[in-house]
Amino acid sequence: MSRPLYEELRAALLAGEPVVLATVTRVGEAATAATALAAKLLVREGSETRGSLGDPELDRVVERDARAVLDRGVSATRHYGPRGEARRDDVEVFFETFVSPARLIIFGAVDFTRALVEVAKVLGYAVTVCDARPVFATRARFARADEVVVEWPDRYLERVGPSLGPRDAVCVLTHDVKFDVPAVLAALATPVGYVGAMGSRRTHEQRWVRLLEAGASEGELRARLMSPIGLDLGARTPEETAVAICAEIIAVRAGRVGARAPLRDATGPIH
Amino acid sequence: MREILESIDQWRAEGQRVALARVIAVEGSGPRDPGAAMAVSEDGRVAGSVSGGCVEGAVVTEALDVLATGEARRCTFGYSDDEAVAVGLTCGGTVHLLVEPLDW
Repeated sequence: MSRPLYEELRAALLAGEPVVLATVTRVGEAATAATALAAKLLVREGSETRGSLGDPELDRVVERDARAVLDRGVSATRHYGPRGEARRDDVEVFFETFVSPARLIIFGAVDFTRALVEVAKVLGYAVTVCDARPVFATRARFARADEVVVEWPDRYLERVGPSLGPRDAVCVLTHDVKFDVPAVLAALATPVGYVGAMGSRRTHEQRWVRLLEAGASEGELRARLMSPIGLDLGARTPEETAVAICAEIIAVRAGRVGARAPLRDATGPIH
Repeated sequence: MREILESIDQWRAEGQRVALARVIAVEGSGPRDPGAAMAVSEDGRVAGSVSGGCVEGAVVTEALDVLATGEARRCTFGYSDDEAVAVGLTCGGTVHLLVEPLDW
């Protein structure tokens, strides 16, 4: 006998595997008797669909739609006829999509990195720390990181870049031009949604010049590179700086960068 | 959902039945998006949340009732045109929940 649906869902969630749980959330009078409130279908990538909504045709259509929402990584509510017919409102199905956690890749195994790992874990990121220096990039120093990698940043990104997407973020904390420039260039070559680089105003200016010399376009740097990294919170300690960086990552993802005023001084919607 | 798995595992290991409440739709301003989940054990322990703390108390009551009857139900909290529910979101939104026994 196969294991219960919940066990299947649990396994996928713990493994960080994308999965969709489709649940019947409203049943109209025209629905077939076998379609009950809370009936479920569990759809996993590359795996057989489990469960049933009570009608084979409805199952077929909902599985198809579940695969579509899984690809887009969003949750959705759809309405169907009793046998999955379109433009009907007899069965409401909630598609809850569980995507794998977004990734944060931090280059530079420095003290700010340790604090950034902590705050990013609170936010649910899968965190990688990468530094070419084996003395600093150790498991012992970054116990909470999901992964500690000893490798040159640009080589690392060359390797994992194709698997990254707009939900992922890269923070370059080396603040040494010779490490930063290749790391930032490699990060800009990926589709990550956030690229930030740490440094004083002076480091930032030198880095900007070197990036341009290395072939980066000024337009792309202005559009995508957050440097100096972080929102202007007046942060001083590594922990406060980590909050300023994570706050900026959230703001960029929400398209609120530039709107850095406190909510008190703004009038737009909060969520 | 991910954050409540550990509590669910623990309660079930103790032989407790568990109810699951999930946000399935939000109208207007709401603190948690669809998918926010809360689990309630038969003996009244709670993990997770479905709002900013406004309706959790009422959800525990619903969840225990769902465990008693064994029947899933859809619950709505907040204000809409035709009903003024006693328990609401202070932010003025409406949240729809599916509350069900975790027997699947």
